Amino acid sequence: MTSSTLLIVVLALALVAYYMGRQRAISVALAAGGPRLVHSLPGYHGGYVALWCVLPALAVLVLWQIVEPIWLRSSVIASLPENLRTLPAAQLGLVYNDIRNLVAGNISSSEPGAEVMAAVQRYAALRDLSHGLVSAAVLVIGIVGLAWAYRRVRADFRARNRVEQAIEYLLVAASSVAILTTVGIFLSVLLEALRFFGQVSPLDFLFGLSWSPQTAIRADQVGSSGAFGAVPLFTGTLLISGIAMLVAVPVGLMSAIFLAEYANRRLRSWAKPMLEILAGIPTVVYGYFAALTVGPILRDAGSAVGLSVASESALGAGLVMGIMIIPFVSSLSDDVITAVPQALRDGSAGLGATRSETIRLVVFPAALPGIVGAILLAVSRAIGETMIVVMAAGLAANLTANPFAAVTTVTVQIVTLLVGDQEFDSAKTLAAFALGLVLFLVTLALNFVALHVVRRYREQYE
Amino acid sequence: MLCGAIASSMSNIRSESVKDVVARGIGRRYRNERFFRALGFGALCIGLGFLAFFFYTLIANSYTALWQTRVLLDIDFDAAVIDPAGGRAPDDLATADYQRLARDALGAMFPDITARNERRELNGLLSAGAGLELRSLVTNNIGLIGTKRPLWLLVDDDVDVVVKGHMSRDLPESQRRLNDRQLRVVLALEQQGRIQQRFNRYFFTNGDSRDPELAGIWSATVGSFFMLLVTLVLSFPIAVASAIYLEEFAPRNRWTDFVEVNINNLAAVPSIVFGLLGLALFINMFGFPRSAPLVGGLVLSLMTLPVIIIASRAALTAVPPSIREAALGLGASKMQVVLHHVLPLAMPGMLTGTIIGMARALGESAPLLMIGMVAFIVDIPKSPLSPSTALPVQVYLWADSPERAFVERTSAAIVVLLVFLLVMNATAILLRKRFERRY
Repeated sequence: MTSSTLLIVVLALALVAYYMGRQRAISVALAAGGPRLVHSLPGYHGGYVALWCVLPALAVLVLWQIVEPIWLRSSVIASLPENLRTLPAAQLGLVYNDIRNLVAGNISSSEPGAEVMAAVQRYAALRDLSHGLVSAAVLVIGIVGLAWAYRRVRADFRARNRVEQAIEYLLVAASSVAILTTVGIFLSVLLEALRFFGQVSPLDFLFGLSWSPQTAIRADQVGSSGAFGAVPLFTGTLLISGIAMLVAVPVGLMSAIFLAEYANRRLRSWAKPMLEILAGIPTVVYGYFAALTVGPILRDAGSAVGLSVASESALGAGLVMGIMIIPFVSSLSDDVITAVPQALRDGSAGLGATRSETIRLVVFPAALPGIVGAILLAVSRAIGETMIVVMAAGLAANLTANPFAAVTTVTVQIVTLLVGDQEFDSAKTLAAFALGLVLFLVTLALNFVALHVVRRYREQYE
Repeated sequence: MLCGAIASSMSNIRSESVKDVVARGIGRRYRNERFFRALGFGALCIGLGFLAFFFYTLIANSYTALWQTRVLLDIDFDAAVIDPAGGRAPDDLATADYQRLARDALGAMFPDITARNERRELNGLLSAGAGLELRSLVTNNIGLIGTKRPLWLLVDDDVDVVVKGHMSRDLPESQRRLNDRQLRVVLALEQQGRIQQRFNRYFFTNGDSRDPELAGIWSATVGSFFMLLVTLVLSFPIAVASAIYLEEFAPRNRWTDFVEVNINNLAAVPSIVFGLLGLALFINMFGFPRSAPLVGGLVLSLMTLPVIIIASRAALTAVPPSIREAALGLGASKMQVVLHHVLPLAMPGMLTGTIIGMARALGESAPLLMIGMVAFIVDIPKSPLSPSTALPVQVYLWADSPERAFVERTSAAIVVLLVFLLVMNATAILLRKRFERRY
């Protein structure tokens, strides 16, 4: 049986177990003289039996899924003749892949020899054996678990508590997925980045001024020195994010102030969702817009006034990114502005201040920490934004602060280094993970500070 | 006396100055007030104006993709071309040169074009899809062989672009995709009424293609569907379970604080970093296939998990404590209180959050680039394991294509994507409106 049919069989068995447990609980209740004398409802007894049927069997199945390929590999390779077995690891891996391809009925990379064909047969035989063994084991364990739990169904058995305990463990496991994700991200990026730093010194990476990740395949190749100085990427990212923030912060903040303090209910009720539509538009759409509409407009406008604007200028990407970020700034600022207590406004008005004076001198300072938090979150989004810059910013790493020139960013380089086929242990590919690590740590720090500020601020007036 | 004078002048100054200062300043202050207000209004207008500009250019660019130029040709289903063997064997019928039928029909209309290279230019006006269409006609109806009938056939995208007016006919020849002779042929066909815009069915039913006139979004749509399915199946139960634990069961301690901070942070981690995780973990370590919706769904579910958890927790907090207390008072266990009473009441809010998270996942493309979903996929994916691409990635791929005819298709694909997002968000809003309770 394949593992998916086995899974279905186990689940069907669980269903049977549930009904058996339930029926037995009902008959126990009837025998005991009424349902009130049984501790748990029949459904809980059924659930208890089903759990005992499923969980051990599934554990065995999962364990087998992990162990089987390792066991198959080692025993097939051990059976290979001496000349194949002593090959270097990479070639041995190729031979083993050929064997697996032949078993699956695919075309192998080379004409198989007699000893490879023997290994293929051995592989198939071993695989069938292990499938048979595990199917039997899983079924036996499932039935044993069922029988054991079935015998425990008694009037005074606390099935509900057991089942609820199991559910609670499940909930705990689910809530730890978020932690595992963070750990997974950190470890996977860190391990690859460490391999990169084994080849390129971290100091060269963080402070080097030249970025050209093309490494030579042949020794005599031209222009493939492979420089991994990431400073031009950092400055490019900062330049584009800076332009984006120059657009997003004033526009977002002022529209939030207008919506919160001046607009009447009707205007607010439709203008706010409209503005938030901007946040719902996929970033690839913004990228398309930046590349096909905004880029040419800027280039033409530039040539009209005698400026040379690259069609992939930092300005174009930054402007569009700024527009994308407007709703983040405005809706977060709106929240903090409306959270400022009305008493502060009333007090200021009572002292004779105009509305704008109240806003500038009373509301804004009171909301400032929250607004700073919102802006930090927006910065972190700008730094991590990918599609807009991939489509509308350049690829060449220029170390410049000129917004009309083409610059590249960290995310653009990650994408260009990793899209397409590539060998997985070259410095070029690993550099993407080093960049990813920097990106992750920087955004993490920004988010952490921002969330902390916003949270503390929220508590202040509650 | 001196003192008195000073005192009176001081009080004079004071009483005068307060009034004066206020009176002098009031005009300026009101001007500032109006200016400030106009500034706010202007900012709002910039945001909304961009939105309007954006939708205007999108729709103006996209609607022409609904039509595709076709040419009326009198096709002679010549048995000598289709089935020279005469056996009507399916293999022979499937491999015959149908493009030649279309070429011959077009050539017959312009008998004065005989030079080899000019004939080649003439044939270039037809799309490769013309032959495919003829083949499917013949294989579906063998009786066609030997008959003659007028058919509207696909033309090349360069002709389509000219006919739709996207590329000016007045450009110098060197800047045009069609040369003068080809343009004259197109003009002649137009004058005979043999060129028409027909509904572009292939855009909705085909996969990707190098020929814009044959390229469609269906395979990307199916890929996106499989991906969202995986995402939904994985992220919804985990997120709801996790929200229930954090909101209802978890003790307030450092560990749960840590989990909370973690979830909030994850919601703000750049999506491309999730792509790196997917590449390193699922593809390189676990050996999952590249370009598969399963891997895309896994990555997207890790990404939407925090979004749904945060929404679900908000939905759980909105359930008033009185419900819990009443259930506890009637003797329900903690788990029964949550599963039987709190969860059903919080479910609409959780579903709303889930739909919004799904909409975000549908629009996401950066992590998919990392796990190889940018492949050129012609076939319609059949399962979450077959190679496929996704709608936003299709937009990205087409946006990079140099052919002018892909511009309208990219915009149209964006419109389709936005319609999907609109429907999902509208469902979420409706759901919220319909089931919103005020306690």
